Amino acid sequence: MTKTLNLITEYAGKIKPDSIEEYVSVGGFEALKIAMGKSPIESIEEIKKSKLQGRGGAAYPTGVKWEQAYQIQKNPKYIICNADEGEPGTFKDKVILDHLPLMLIEGMTIAAYILNSPKGFIYIRGEYPESQKIVARAIKAAKERGFLGSDILGTKFSFDIEIISGAGAYVCGENSALVESTEGNSGRPRMKPPFIKNHGYMGMPTLVNNVETFAYVPYILKEGGEKFASYGTEFSGGTKLVCLSGNLVNKGVFEVPFGITLRELIYDIGGGIPDGRKLKFVQLGGSSGPCIPEEMLDTKLCYKELKSKGLTLGSGAILVVDDSNCAVDFLKCVTEFFYHESCGKCTPCREGNKQLLALVNKFANGNATENDLQIIKKVGYIMKNAAFCGLGETAPTAHLSLIKYFEDEFVEHINKKCRANVCNFGGVEND
Amino acid sequence: MVNQEIKEKIMGIIEKYQREKEKLVMILLEVQKLTDRNYIDMEWAKLIAEELKIPYTKVYDVITFYSMFSIKPRGKYVIEICKSAPCHVNKSKDVVKEFEEILNIKMGETTPDNLFTLQYTSCIGACDVAPAIKIGEKVYGNLNKEKIQQIVMDYRNNSI
Ligand SMILES: Cc1cc2nc3c(=O)[nH]c(=O)nc-3n(C[C@H](O)[C@H](O)[C@H](O)COP(=O)(O)O)c2cc1C
Ligand code: SF4
Ligand code: FES
Repeated sequence: MTKTLNLITEYAGKIKPDSIEEYVSVGGFEALKIAMGKSPIESIEEIKKSKLQGRGGAAYPTGVKWEQAYQIQKNPKYIICNADEGEPGTFKDKVILDHLPLMLIEGMTIAAYILNSPKGFIYIRGEYPESQKIVARAIKAAKERGFLGSDILGTKFSFDIEIISGAGAYVCGENSALVESTEGNSGRPRMKPPFIKNHGYMGMPTLVNNVETFAYVPYILKEGGEKFASYGTEFSGGTKLVCLSGNLVNKGVFEVPFGITLRELIYDIGGGIPDGRKLKFVQLGGSSGPCIPEEMLDTKLCYKELKSKGLTLGSGAILVVDDSNCAVDFLKCVTEFFYHESCGKCTPCREGNKQLLALVNKFANGNATENDLQIIKKVGYIMKNAAFCGLGETAPTAHLSLIKYFEDEFVEHINKKCRANVCNFGGVEND
Repeated sequence: MVNQEIKEKIMGIIEKYQREKEKLVMILLEVQKLTDRNYIDMEWAKLIAEELKIPYTKVYDVITFYSMFSIKPRGKYVIEICKSAPCHVNKSKDVVKEFEEILNIKMGETTPDNLFTLQYTSCIGACDVAPAIKIGEKVYGNLNKEKIQQIVMDYRNNSI
């Protein structure tokens, strides 16, 4: 397990999540003091040097995002931490919420100091009620000790954080839907522009970052952006929390440096496939990510390298699927997810997912024709290009990649053959 | 009409959130827990709309948008079985079959004694212990036949 690092996870589980004493004893809130002794521009430069990119999925450079937020001349500015963590196979933000909430609070407070923001929200999915309670206790403790609330650390700067609960909707992780939900509405994405950075919560400028993104900020200010960057690759700075799941010996969350290969992640850290089975494919970045075959496992974890191969890391979910599974049956599961989670606002996604589900079911039931493969590709292409938000744009990613790398299995299903013996071809078509 | 006892409790929740419209989702989450039936009655939704001075249709929209809300009465214990991909490849279908057999109901149904409801959920962030389920605020993972039988027995005997 020497391939893991612990820039931010070193004390996870070793200190009480809501104990200020214990957090301070391991260097907690030193970064906040450092930030308060610097100009906002200096802090932003440090974050830029770190090459930190947003860990929520879109990988936007955090330093650039904060610089833009800083330059906007409209007040008050709000800060929202995206703890919706709805991407299937992702459970890394939960580690920070449950074990290191004060690190998240410190990261958010530094952002607030830079932007002179009076108020922040942590939007935590409704499925994490325990995490909500832990974070609430940490906020209370920080307020009691003057690290949050009015006149922080004896300065004139005041910042408060409130917890908002989700109630079960994957699309609420999309930043404009997140803002809608924070305002108490149904979480349907907004038309952009205006962008959330200019016109977010209550129409005011709003900075939205992922939990993990905020959690790196104290380290970066304390140790310097260059040091953080040095752990990663030329283009992707530092470490990443990855979530290993599926047919794997060691499932869980691991902090690893960028540059590690998928093979190392799966075999050295994940311990390989149990029960003498063989790896069939890996889905990268959650249900919205591509499914890739064994031959591509030497790809390095690096936003640029992945991109050059048409891949994305997304939230850091790495789902390993063994040969007891059927590509078509797996795809059916993924399609049902998007069909259920589509918010219904735009036609390409609402109708596209419905069509995709009907088409995949045809394969699962043995009623498909060669032409149906072409139709899936066509519908996928339309969704990718015409959907209103990221949900609909990425919903067909699994389809397009599975057809690309596992077309054989789809063709077999046309002939009512399932090599994994998962699909039973009863001939009943359900939609 | 909303029964007086429930009405008072709902009013208490609304006051706790200082009558803020923005807190609608959180108010509804608490209201749903008021009875053993894990649901939001339309009469309660009307009351909330009036008190927050927002259209009833908006409250209805929010309730039906989020999957954690139900307008139909459910069992005291809602057993939510994860059906997302990581649990799927760890054979969550067997978990569904096992619960359906033990409880003698199908997915989406409630037992005649109103104790259990079976439903699906999307990923609950417990993929490291897949296949996983959630009952109320508790998560159970690495499920197999024996564990499932034990869980149902514990809830039936009220020993949770
Ligand atoms: C459908 C959809 C779901 C998303 N879910 C999440 C999520 O659960 N958590 C998250 O941090 N970002 C999520 N995102 C990305 C956010 O829109 C946004 O890019 C991110 O929170 C920005 O933070 P970052 O720059 O720190 O990554 C989602 C995007 C889409 C389109
Ligand atoms: S792409 Fe899907 S989730 Fe996004 S707005 Fe359209 S219908 Fe809603
Ligand atoms: S997929 Fe079931 S808990 Fe994540």
